[in-house]
Amino acid sequence: MTAVTGDRPVAAGNGSWARLARSEALRGFALVSPTFLYALLLLLAPILVIVAFSFWTQDYLTIDRTFTLANYREAWTEPLYRVLMLRSLAVSAVVTAATVLLAYPMAYYLSFHGGERKALWLFLITIPFWTSYLLRVFAWKIVLGYNGVVNASLLELGIIAEPMEFLLYNVNSVVITLAHAWAPFAILPIFVSLEKIDRSLLEAATDLGDGPLRRFLRVTLPLSLPGVIAAALIVFIPTVGDYVTPRLVGGKDGLMIANMIQVQFGKANDWPLGAALAVSTMVIVTAAALLFVAFTRQLSTRFR
Amino acid sequence: MKLRPLGVYAFLYLAFLYVPVLLLPIFSFNDSSIVAFPLKGFTSLWYAELWHNDTMHGALWNSLKVAIACSVVATVLGICGARALTRYHFPAKGGVAALIMLPLVLPEIIIAISLLVVLLQLGFDLSLFSVTLGHILMAVPFSIAVLSSSFEGFDRSLEEASLDLGEGPAATFFRVTLPIIAPGILSSLLITFTISLDEFIVAFFLSGTDPTLPIYIWSQLRFPGKLPHILALGSVLLVASFVLLSVAEAMRRRAARRVGASGGLL
Repeated sequence: MTAVTGDRPVAAGNGSWARLARSEALRGFALVSPTFLYALLLLLAPILVIVAFSFWTQDYLTIDRTFTLANYREAWTEPLYRVLMLRSLAVSAVVTAATVLLAYPMAYYLSFHGGERKALWLFLITIPFWTSYLLRVFAWKIVLGYNGVVNASLLELGIIAEPMEFLLYNVNSVVITLAHAWAPFAILPIFVSLEKIDRSLLEAATDLGDGPLRRFLRVTLPLSLPGVIAAALIVFIPTVGDYVTPRLVGGKDGLMIANMIQVQFGKANDWPLGAALAVSTMVIVTAAALLFVAFTRQLSTRFR
Repeated sequence: MKLRPLGVYAFLYLAFLYVPVLLLPIFSFNDSSIVAFPLKGFTSLWYAELWHNDTMHGALWNSLKVAIACSVVATVLGICGARALTRYHFPAKGGVAALIMLPLVLPEIIIAISLLVVLLQLGFDLSLFSVTLGHILMAVPFSIAVLSSSFEGFDRSLEEASLDLGEGPAATFFRVTLPIIAPGILSSLLITFTISLDEFIVAFFLSGTDPTLPIYIWSQLRFPGKLPHILALGSVLLVASFVLLSVAEAMRRRAARRVGASGGLL
């Protein structure tokens, strides 16, 4: 550590500060480099390899490295893939809307009326989010199944004569399960953005004659919008590529694009096509996310 | 009181979060192989079966090995990352941080297939080692999120004082920095351990012949007769996760208090 002492000329002081800044940048970079290199080698490089694969072809075990768009042509024109992709996007959109809408009042309650137990509430909400995803999804199979909790209980009570088959193995059960599994993800970002709101702004709105509803619509909601956007993205992006839920509770009609990607890398053994499907999914999801952010921003400026 | 409806909503919401999950432990003690209400009576038979199941023990052992390796490496990488990102300014810091934190939002299947392709192309065999590599990648962002709250409020003058008093950088790190952030480190170890223990997708793609616990569970879900037994296993896992996370949260708060920060987990 070098300190700039008072009796040195100013120019020299600047020079040593510049050196210090340089060495600090260097030290910061050196410190982050193991973590960065790990992500570079095991995340970025593999994703680039997947992108490369999507332009190649495979014949049994040999990979033909000639550039081709054939995989993308198939991924984008084959009706089955199109159905799965559209279904994935639709399911995720519905799940995102449901989780964010349900989470907002909860986050609002926590932030404004949580009181001294705020930390406990937060902890209780985050706990299920850390526990096994597989088991949380599986729990819904127990709830909704043919011999599941809902059917068996209703049968026992004499409310229904036959188990209801429409509860499980369709798109609805996928939506319910995903909305439950991702609920805690939506609460946290909204809660954080609500916490950041300066409470005196709300008082000002009240003093200036806004009722509770107008105050909410004109002050609280716009200021918490970044949290809402973050929550929506945090739920939307990963759920499009979810594999477990459609596989466990989706049945034939609830399968999504990740299940097809898995098939291409597994049984079908067509890595390039699987890669093209994966890259297409990433591109579409990113585009959808950017559109969503732009749209919400536009909407919020118009309302304010 | 005016706030009532919202309070009721909050309780209902919490019930929605918990009830499906709590069905697992409830039915794990049910004296019937059919999972349905009404409950048929209390039994610990399924837990006894679990105790004598060698395949499950093998999977548990595999999971523990992976989770321990993952938590140690991810936390070391997390310490480097969190310290560099909170303490230093360097060029392209935003991009570096974005890449490191990317696994938080990337669909897991993308991580799984890209690692699968690269490892197979490089001639590696799929094993517990490849699963560990994937788990570390996914756990590092969480480690950084936890440790950042330890580093953010860190009073740098303590380290400078140590250096001024003649300790070297290494001694300063071990005698000043480490004790202050120790609860944060413990919290990170526990959370990354739990993430690895519960992770399924990446393990599903990258494990060879040795199954981890979630893969064992997945393989058993096909057999309706095995259901109560899986419920018992799931309940044990839930309780273990809950205990680990409670300790982790207590530690993280202690770490945050030590440095005077009040940052949340995410």
